[in-house]
Amino acid sequence: MKFTDLTKRTSQWLRGIGPMHDIVVSSRVRFARNITGVPFVSKATKEQAESITTRMQEVIEEAKLFDDMLYVDVASLGKLQRRLLIERHLISRQHSIASNPRSVAISGDETASIMVNEEDHLRIQVIRPGMQLHEAFEEINRIDDEISQHVEYAFSPKLGYLTACPTNVGTGLRVSAMLHLPGLKLTGELDKTLRAARDMRMAIRGIYGEGSEAMGDFFQISNQVTLGVSEQQIVDEFINIIIPEILTYERAARDVLLRNHMNEVDDKIYRALAILQSARKMCSEEAMFLLSMIRLGVNVRKLNSISLKDLNEIFLSIQPAHLQRLNESANTKDKRQQERAKYLREKFADVS
Amino acid sequence: MKHKCEICGKPATIHLTEMISGQQLEKHFCEDCASSEGITIKANLPISQLLEDFVLQAADMDDDVEIHTPAESKCAACGLTFGQFKEGALLGCSNDYDAFEDELTPIIARNHSGKIRHIGKVPHSADQKLEKHNRIIRLRAELNNAVQIENYERAAQLRDEIKEIEQLNEIH
Repeated sequence: MKFTDLTKRTSQWLRGIGPMHDIVVSSRVRFARNITGVPFVSKATKEQAESITTRMQEVIEEAKLFDDMLYVDVASLGKLQRRLLIERHLISRQHSIASNPRSVAISGDETASIMVNEEDHLRIQVIRPGMQLHEAFEEINRIDDEISQHVEYAFSPKLGYLTACPTNVGTGLRVSAMLHLPGLKLTGELDKTLRAARDMRMAIRGIYGEGSEAMGDFFQISNQVTLGVSEQQIVDEFINIIIPEILTYERAARDVLLRNHMNEVDDKIYRALAILQSARKMCSEEAMFLLSMIRLGVNVRKLNSISLKDLNEIFLSIQPAHLQRLNESANTKDKRQQERAKYLREKFADVS
Repeated sequence: MKHKCEICGKPATIHLTEMISGQQLEKHFCEDCASSEGITIKANLPISQLLEDFVLQAADMDDDVEIHTPAESKCAACGLTFGQFKEGALLGCSNDYDAFEDELTPIIARNHSGKIRHIGKVPHSADQKLEKHNRIIRLRAELNNAVQIENYERAAQLRDEIKEIEQLNEIH
């Protein structure tokens, strides 16, 4: 795979939809790992950091971890290319703006990526559409086991996998799900639900992870405790307790809306559609908000001529770097807002 | 590590850490020499005199000199101080977990619902790896010491030894 292939198509995982996709947009797992005997990223010399990126490329290629793998030297990429990778959830913001030697390995279908020299030497992640945490966990375990045959991880029998930040020590596992919760937002019960999740030691973030704002009723919920529990326990808690509970609340909220406030919901959905069909300028925040309403409309079977798959693609395409990829002249905020509005008008022209 | 008295060469029992322009310097003395140098007082004196001497000595003691309590704990392997970590820095190497064990344990417990022991996955070669890892950490600390006391011959020896182990690890 070449870098330009990435920019020509939608992430493959976005082209599919998974179980419980009416609420769970995607499932993600990540392992934080460091290589023993080498200082962590913040204290590694340039040479040490470079030797890790080189060695990891060899390991990932040798182990044939991914079909059609792309190994990218992130430090050599331009701002637009790095931004593209962030928008596709393949690298973090932190990885994008760092200044040390760093890279990312990306599987052909973009469901797995390994950031090298982010906060830790390795950040392995697997992402799947819908509620597929179990499958994602199986896959990340396979990748992790394979890598550990080739390099030795910093590990202590007492504290487990040693990480640059003690908040990740132990399993180094972060499990998260991207949830679409417009029902709870509209019924005013969102804060209560998110507070209950926080009481269960869960973190709530926006769609681009750490430090990002929630946009358009999309929330990323993830575990904070990584030590003193097994990987399987963390995953099981999500699958059996956390996610089903939030899903129950969101579905109940949607039922209440449809039963008692049908007109208001209809009004919001069709107003959103009308704006998408006619606006001449649009910022991404507004677009996310409107698309959130459209997604609710599709899920409650109000809008039939557009699918969740189409929406997934639209969500990605309206992000700034992706817009600029579609049209190189969209290189200022103002031009991007016009371009975004134009793209959305075309996509929603025949939707009713 | 056994240290010898810097004055007479007998086994040292008094260990001193001085901070000189940000550099941590260790000094080692036997009880007799420490006493005659005015660094400590003999332990077999009556308690009242002991206290009196201590107070008197503390009064004119150089501010930079602290007995048995380093100004700030510092990792011998990567040089990170706990203060830097607290100011928002990340840990610098895996040895920090040992170097700052006392300070980190309550922080770790707070982050992880009171848990301080890993019960999850263990990498395949954990035992052998742990051994090698600990050895590199020990050698790095020794290398640091050798450089500080300007024993460059020993430092070069240690550097080569570390290099060899790291090459076995196929990283570096």
